Amino acid sequence: MSDEHDPGDTPADDATELAGSQDEVPQAPAPGRVPTPQSHFASRFGGLKGAIAPLITTLLAFMMGGLVVVLTGKNPIKVYHAIFNGTGINWFFHVGHYSARIPFSTHKFWFPWDTASIAAQNLQQTLLLTTPIILTALALSFAFRCGLFNIGGQGQYLAGTIFAVWLGSSFNSMNPAVHVILCLLVGTLAGAAWAGIAGILKATVGAHEVISTIMLNWIAIWVGSYLFGQGGPLQGSEASVPISNDIVEGAKLPVFWGLKLLQGLSVGIFIAVAMLVVYWIIINRTTLGYEVRAVGFNPEAARYGGISVARNYFLAMAISGAFAGLAGAIDITGWEYRIGETDIHANQIGFIGLAAGLLGRNTAVGVGFASLLFGALINGTSGRQLDPSIFRPELAGNLTTIIQGLVVLFVGLNLGGVAAWIKRRRRAT
Amino acid sequence: MSAVAARVGGIRWTHPRTIGVYGIVLGSIAFWLALPPLAARSAAFPVVIGMLAIAAGIWAWSRDERRVGGGAVVAGLFGIGLGLLATQSSESHLNQVVVWSALGAATLRYATPLTFAAIGGLFCERSGVVNVALEGMLLTGAFFGIWGAIWAHSWAGNLAWIVGLAAAALAGMVLATIHAIWAIHLKVDQIISGTAINFLALGITGYLFIEQYGDTGTPGNVPDYGIPDVHIHFIQNWYFIGPILGQLNLMIWLSFLLLIGTYIFVFRTPYGLRLRAVGEHPRAADTVGISVYKVRYMAVIASGAIAAMGGAYLSIGFVHSFNEGMTNGTGFIGLAALVFGKWRPFPTWAATLLFGFSSALADRLPNAYGNQWGTLFQALPYVLTLVAVAGVIGRSIGPAAAGRPYVKQ
Repeated sequence: MSDEHDPGDTPADDATELAGSQDEVPQAPAPGRVPTPQSHFASRFGGLKGAIAPLITTLLAFMMGGLVVVLTGKNPIKVYHAIFNGTGINWFFHVGHYSARIPFSTHKFWFPWDTASIAAQNLQQTLLLTTPIILTALALSFAFRCGLFNIGGQGQYLAGTIFAVWLGSSFNSMNPAVHVILCLLVGTLAGAAWAGIAGILKATVGAHEVISTIMLNWIAIWVGSYLFGQGGPLQGSEASVPISNDIVEGAKLPVFWGLKLLQGLSVGIFIAVAMLVVYWIIINRTTLGYEVRAVGFNPEAARYGGISVARNYFLAMAISGAFAGLAGAIDITGWEYRIGETDIHANQIGFIGLAAGLLGRNTAVGVGFASLLFGALINGTSGRQLDPSIFRPELAGNLTTIIQGLVVLFVGLNLGGVAAWIKRRRRAT
Repeated sequence: MSAVAARVGGIRWTHPRTIGVYGIVLGSIAFWLALPPLAARSAAFPVVIGMLAIAAGIWAWSRDERRVGGGAVVAGLFGIGLGLLATQSSESHLNQVVVWSALGAATLRYATPLTFAAIGGLFCERSGVVNVALEGMLLTGAFFGIWGAIWAHSWAGNLAWIVGLAAAALAGMVLATIHAIWAIHLKVDQIISGTAINFLALGITGYLFIEQYGDTGTPGNVPDYGIPDVHIHFIQNWYFIGPILGQLNLMIWLSFLLLIGTYIFVFRTPYGLRLRAVGEHPRAADTVGISVYKVRYMAVIASGAIAAMGGAYLSIGFVHSFNEGMTNGTGFIGLAALVFGKWRPFPTWAATLLFGFSSALADRLPNAYGNQWGTLFQALPYVLTLVAVAGVIGRSIGPAAAGRPYVKQ
């Protein structure tokens, strides 16, 4: 086996090939429609039909997870019911006459739900967890639409958290609004830069993005534990505790539901939902999104149509990383306020986002619902919510990981979007 | 070629490639000089020798020997950087950290799980199935290895580790079978199914661990019936080699055998040829009558068994306990070594030794310098692999058909 394989198509050739090919293609494809035999799959991406397969996937995963519970001698229905009660989703079912305070004021108005109940607090936690999952799921999705598998959401998320903690705990007397925006912005850029490394490598030398993003994940993890660990440059003022300083008050996102001290819900969830809209607009209504999708469908055809594949690989990775970096920055400024060495190793948000992005079929609506599902599942199985007499939270946490694995396993099986992507990939190489 | 190649003893001593190799050696010497036993205290030594290494690298690079040239430049840079660090720190600290025989033995201990993971990955990827699930296979092996050994302890006594190894291999094969079905028959994207298997392994081992040993952890008497060390008495007193090779775990010796066996199997037997053909050009292999699916199934399942044995070494040969997610990236370093070693057994082994050395150093640095330097060293394997895939040290290109399901016609 020779070491010197000829790297068949190096994306680096794009720039030179492009100039010639533009003249040779008389008809550029009409925007909004990707010219490929697979366009009938597009219908599966949206609408009710597209939701059936992910629903089956989820059901199957939960059933198999229940089987694991049965095998260890517990009643799965009781367990799932206890988990569900911890998620706070049941808050919506208790309709009555209550009043709610308009956020950031003292005015009250009539509201059908009790905003101060236990279930409401649980829901706040679920939504707090949903926020970064939405964003890391978008990180996977955006790259996926370009035919890239960004497995490095975790590293990009950590890059965002590291910079947010650093800036947030650095400037004491900065204007609060400026400070928090600075934290979010720099966190976002850090994520973009971290993913951009993989993007540049893919675009210039054709390094496989899966390998490079896995490596970048672990580099981020170890650099993070270096920075915040014992004796590290960003370790907090308590000498024997490997945790950063808290970020200052001015760098915290406003909490609009619940109490800041009790980890209330910050406005970060609105940023995440807004990013879902931004994602939808970029993908479906801009030239950039069109080019990204075209490259994802078929890089060769896109190249032939005058689209720079290399440029789109880089942009898709950078934007994808920006979403994940924002997720990290929102987590820090929204409720974590600090980061410890153990958190860096234990955190799995990027990988959960990966599962949510796959389950949501890379569509904005799908990602939203899938992220809510995972946010609820993680919150419901946390030690804080789950009654240990029904099911041990440590077991439940692992049950979440099993369900997450099953979801990814089955979502790949299906059909529709992923199958089309595989076909595209196969044709491309 | 401008340089006249002088040939002495069959080696072209002034060939650009040879010059590049000199550069790599010089780069290593730059670092080595600053370490005990020589421990040069002047910064001039590493800088001058490192510069020579870089110069040799650039010269080789300019004559189209990019891989060794780039390697020499990187080696020179690392030699200067690490050499300078070493000359800055006190000699007693250096003596505390750099005990070559202890470092050598620790390198082998850390490299062994990486070797098993990487060789497992080699079989899988050579057959054209990408395996990012090595981490999960290692973790599964680690759990079922210790579980089997504890279970068998009551009736198998001190040989319980054999049952542990078998249980680990079996569990790894089951996990790999899922990957194989998904990747080969269902034609799911292999990275997706690999990722799913990593999650599954993490969840299942964590769940079973809490269920079985959650309250107290794994029992403390595991070292009594874990994988034994091999004592070779006559070399134990030899200078330098004795402390390294005199008392190694059985699995380390097995990893050497595995390497040689893998090399012979993959590159010197018809079966290996079939394996590689299936990974490079499945259609051509199919045409000459090789069953692509069968070869791939066997390769993936073998990969699960081998990687899982590496995991079993971790739990019952090395640390003698199990914890949730205890592999903590070891499988990914194994994957990195495979990429770094360009999917070939001995270069891959060299990469695992390099990464194992960086782990061993990371382990010993805190003795003298505090935690943090060791932590940074943990990132070194990943940085080097990133540099390798970036093409600075020659591009790493895997088997041509890796990642693509084969559709029989």
